[in-house]
Amino acid sequence: MKAVIEVDNLSTRFGEHWVHRDLNLVIEQGEVMALVGGSGSGKTTLLRQMIGLLYPTKGQIRLFGEPLFTGSIVQERNLRRRFGMLFQYGALYSAFNVFQNIAFPLRELGVLDEDLIHELVMLKLSMVELLPRHAWLMPSELSGGMIKRVALARALSMEPELLLLDEPTAGLDPDRSESFVRLINSLHKQLGLTVVLVTHDLDTLAGMATRVAVLAEQRILALGTIDEITRVDHPFIRNFFCCDRAQRALQERMGEAAR
Amino acid sequence: MSGASLSLETDAEGRRWLRLAGEWRLMALASRYEAIRAELGNRAQDGGLGWNLDSIESLDSVGAMMLWQAWGHRFPERLLVPPSLEPVFARLYASSKKPETGPEPKKRLEWVVTVGRLSLALWRHLVDFIALIGQLIIDIGHVLRDPREGPWRETSANLYKSGVRAMPVTALVGFLIGIVLSYLSALQLKNFGADIFIVNILGMGIIRELGPVLVAVLVAGRSGSAMTAQLGVMRVTEEIDALATMGVSRSLRLVFPKVAALAIAMPLLVLWTSAIALMGGAVSAQFQLDISYGFFIDTLPKVVPVANLGIAMAKGVTFGILVALVACHFGLRVRPNTESLSSNTTASVVTAITVVILVDAVFAIATRKIGMPL
Repeated sequence: MKAVIEVDNLSTRFGEHWVHRDLNLVIEQGEVMALVGGSGSGKTTLLRQMIGLLYPTKGQIRLFGEPLFTGSIVQERNLRRRFGMLFQYGALYSAFNVFQNIAFPLRELGVLDEDLIHELVMLKLSMVELLPRHAWLMPSELSGGMIKRVALARALSMEPELLLLDEPTAGLDPDRSESFVRLINSLHKQLGLTVVLVTHDLDTLAGMATRVAVLAEQRILALGTIDEITRVDHPFIRNFFCCDRAQRALQERMGEAAR
Repeated sequence: MSGASLSLETDAEGRRWLRLAGEWRLMALASRYEAIRAELGNRAQDGGLGWNLDSIESLDSVGAMMLWQAWGHRFPERLLVPPSLEPVFARLYASSKKPETGPEPKKRLEWVVTVGRLSLALWRHLVDFIALIGQLIIDIGHVLRDPREGPWRETSANLYKSGVRAMPVTALVGFLIGIVLSYLSALQLKNFGADIFIVNILGMGIIRELGPVLVAVLVAGRSGSAMTAQLGVMRVTEEIDALATMGVSRSLRLVFPKVAALAIAMPLLVLWTSAIALMGGAVSAQFQLDISYGFFIDTLPKVVPVANLGIAMAKGVTFGILVALVACHFGLRVRPNTESLSSNTTASVVTAITVVILVDAVFAIATRKIGMPL
């Protein structure tokens, strides 16, 4: 298996506060890795560092085997075009309509003609299960679930090999969040993507992740499948996975898998 | 990683095939996009040609879409697709089945609708503005009855932000305008030997007219835009709704302090700016016309009746209230997107300056018999 993301002895400090200390993590091609942890454990910080939005205090991160900050503008841009990010609140450009939002990265490329872009945008829309008429709406006219879908379509528009999701189901009702999980799962299967997600929601976690990394005490506390993680004896993990609600969510998933 | 490539071959039965190989992915295709598209287009003209996709290493929807477009949105008669690539084409096929709808076409009488929409928008602005003033009057009544309920802390913060912090820039602009005005007038007055009238011109012009309008324009650009942007962002982040939920009146806590602060700060700024502008004028007059500072200061009260100062103060209060009201009006209309924020901030400044100049004209007519030198 090829490593898509390698995090090497990463340390992060905000002021006097250490968020990570000597953190190591390898994410392999084709897996769905979930980062979980309490509030303030630096999950989103880690995600942002992986895609170069934040610079680590110490240590290095490699994407597809290449370091993120090389100083070469072209190299960095090409690397950035190989992954897509779904932000927690969608981060759709509010001055653009849905079509322009999805077409934006394709147009930035500067080589594709408008015909092809048009058809590609319509394809992405249908991939995230939206209708062609939704393309002409403005982001302010969309519901929360639709914003996530459009943001996902935009993240997929550059045909990324790696997809990063920050709280993909936060703010969606259980029904919507389940269908969103199903959508990402089917895209993951179809496109062979590597997915990294940060989540608080156990249903999402159980529904998507092939591996889980638990962030606590400034490092990766545990790494493995959900099954393995739940057997680790640590106060944080016990609290996170072993309350009633969590057990129910997990058992449901296990039951489904068995059937 | 190998780029996309095409090659012609003939099989045992003598049929011609076009073999596609390599990476048909966006990043690999982008560098040679035009060339590959042209070649695909040419090959697709040839109806007898078979398409063999067996050797394609990877294919994403951009690559598949290029093929699909070259084929004219249907599958060619002879096509070999390995099972691993089938889902990509299945997706394309599924999406091409959906009927497309563009944005609604323009109707012929569109301009009637546009004019109507604009008039309605103007009407709504007026109604909202009047409602804002009404609400403010109710708030003032409420505060007068129970002064402890007044947002005095916010008012004082606004007073500092839009009053004290505006002093350097208004002083600088006032001083320079004073110099320019005095210099240009001096050039004309010299011709008539009417040197000493420079004091009349500067005194009347600056105190009665230029000072208040200059300050109003500066404050509209400086504090008015800031007020609109602040309220707009609070709207975007739902802070205004949060205030309302806690039972705090948004007009009392957000609008009143701004209006009160500018109503107090503006006349003081007018006084300050006019004084500095007159100083600039005096400096220039001394250089140009040899009019001493002592003479300038001595003559000023004799040629400018004190009523003019009252008019300037009244203008200052009025303009201050108007600038703050217009700023708040547009700030509260911001909808939660970046476009709306920027257009409302622009509209706020432009409207404030226009309204100030309109009201200034009203002042000029209403006070035409007051404060004129004999």
